[in-house]
Amino acid sequence: MTVITDALCPFCGCLCDDLTIVVENNKITDIKNACKLGSAKIMGHHRIEAPMMRADKKSEFKEVSYEEAINEAAAILFKSKRPLLYGWASALCEVHKKGILLAEEVGAIIDNTATVCHAPSTLAVHEKGLPTATLGQIKNRSDVTVFWGSNPVHAHPRHMGRYSVFAKGFFQEKGRKGRKVIVVDVRKTETAAMADEFIQVQQGSDYLVISALRAILSGHADVVPESVGGVPKEQLAKLVDTLKAAKFGAVFFGMGLTQSISRYKNIDNAISLITELNAYTKYVITPMRGHYNVTGFGQVCSWETGFATAVDFARGAPYYNPGETAANDVLMRKETDAAMIIAGDAGAHFPADSVRQLARIPVIQIDPYWNPTTEVSNVVIPVAICGVEVAGTAYRMDGVSLQMRKMVEPTLPTDVEVLERITQRVRKLRGE
Amino acid sequence: MTLNAILITGRTINQGATIENKTSLDYQEATALCELNSKDIGLLGIKPGSQISVKTDHGDVVVKLKENNGNPDGMAFIPMGPWANAVVDPDTKGCGMPGFKGIKARLEPTDKKVLSMKDLIARYK
Repeated sequence: MTVITDALCPFCGCLCDDLTIVVENNKITDIKNACKLGSAKIMGHHRIEAPMMRADKKSEFKEVSYEEAINEAAAILFKSKRPLLYGWASALCEVHKKGILLAEEVGAIIDNTATVCHAPSTLAVHEKGLPTATLGQIKNRSDVTVFWGSNPVHAHPRHMGRYSVFAKGFFQEKGRKGRKVIVVDVRKTETAAMADEFIQVQQGSDYLVISALRAILSGHADVVPESVGGVPKEQLAKLVDTLKAAKFGAVFFGMGLTQSISRYKNIDNAISLITELNAYTKYVITPMRGHYNVTGFGQVCSWETGFATAVDFARGAPYYNPGETAANDVLMRKETDAAMIIAGDAGAHFPADSVRQLARIPVIQIDPYWNPTTEVSNVVIPVAICGVEVAGTAYRMDGVSLQMRKMVEPTLPTDVEVLERITQRVRKLRGE
Repeated sequence: MTLNAILITGRTINQGATIENKTSLDYQEATALCELNSKDIGLLGIKPGSQISVKTDHGDVVVKLKENNGNPDGMAFIPMGPWANAVVDPDTKGCGMPGFKGIKARLEPTDKKVLSMKDLIARYK
């Protein structure tokens, strides 16, 4: 029996680094400190055991060798004029690097799961920058915590305990009692039920509410109507007073802002509010990133290509324009003529029209698990699980890089090995 | 009775705990559902656990009804996943992000069955 202490959790962007894992005969038998999400992933489920292929997507898969599957994957990418390489969030940075190289060599568009998550936040950061801090600073200092359009009780279960609400910090010895918690949401979530103040906004009105807060903060309360987005002016004025009274305020935001009608403009406005609050006191803002290494893909893609995601290599040099080059844009326009889905599940998390396009074209899936993407795939290559069976680099939601530890030995090839072999095969097909 | 609602989608703890196990019944039970408050459920005249048809301008899907009194009147919530994505707005509004929240939906009781993940995706082939 081996006991691994201080292991990192490969589920959400919190990257909790205090797990204890018990391993017996290369099997994980017990986990301590993980939440329900982390435990479910680390304990594992039914895996795809061998590579599979089929020509017709309505027929059954046939098991094949890794060599056959890799050769077919390379042939699909080699033949494609407009390939899409999508996913990446459940993989390590070392995998991202290989993926970006492959995208460049086959002239693909490479995009990650942020495209249906926090990519609009990146667009807003281009416009306004990001006054932010590490979760450690927030734990040690924040006395006002705001969750806007995010529900950590469900999506990041240990965030409040470790960093933002209940955690005791160097300058916050009282933990929960020393922090005022505000939740802004369209419905009273379990997170809202735990808050000191809940601001309920009408769906799609966040931009208006943020604008009203900025007007009140800048001394123009007179232009604010009696109610904005369903929130009484009086409550907004009280909220501004609470925000200004903080010694160190931290705002966390989620899909309530990125997926609502104004998309990245919501975040743009929220960052402006934070910048303006910094004229009075210290404020920071942090996106609640979903997958454990979705932040890492943005980092690697930025240093390799200059852009965080939705990078188009069709012209040889990297080109970036979400709205034109993001995964759903190209699928919806039926431009994509082949796709490789790796460490992400477009079949489950893209709108029906995008999945219909995936069903029309050759699809390669690289993933440990059978999921809706498998259902529309032609070539399926199972791999080891990053962060459980493979060690490497991941970035926490606040941009801190951490080393994921190996808990058990892999029984299948890693994503890096598979991507290297596909790239070598593509080069061979090109006669290099 | 038809209930007009605004649909949002998003994460839940059970959706997350079954996300790597999407062929399981647990995943279907965690995500093939639509949450309404008890007042809206009363308007539909059916009980939680019954099947409900969700139609939007972008598609239709059958899921199970669930009570959540945190929802304001006229708000429907379906956990993110293939059932929700059968009816969300694919328009990325020029910034790459489809419309996963704020979709006009028409909700009706139905006797139709909830499709399994495999049968749901088979509709696209």
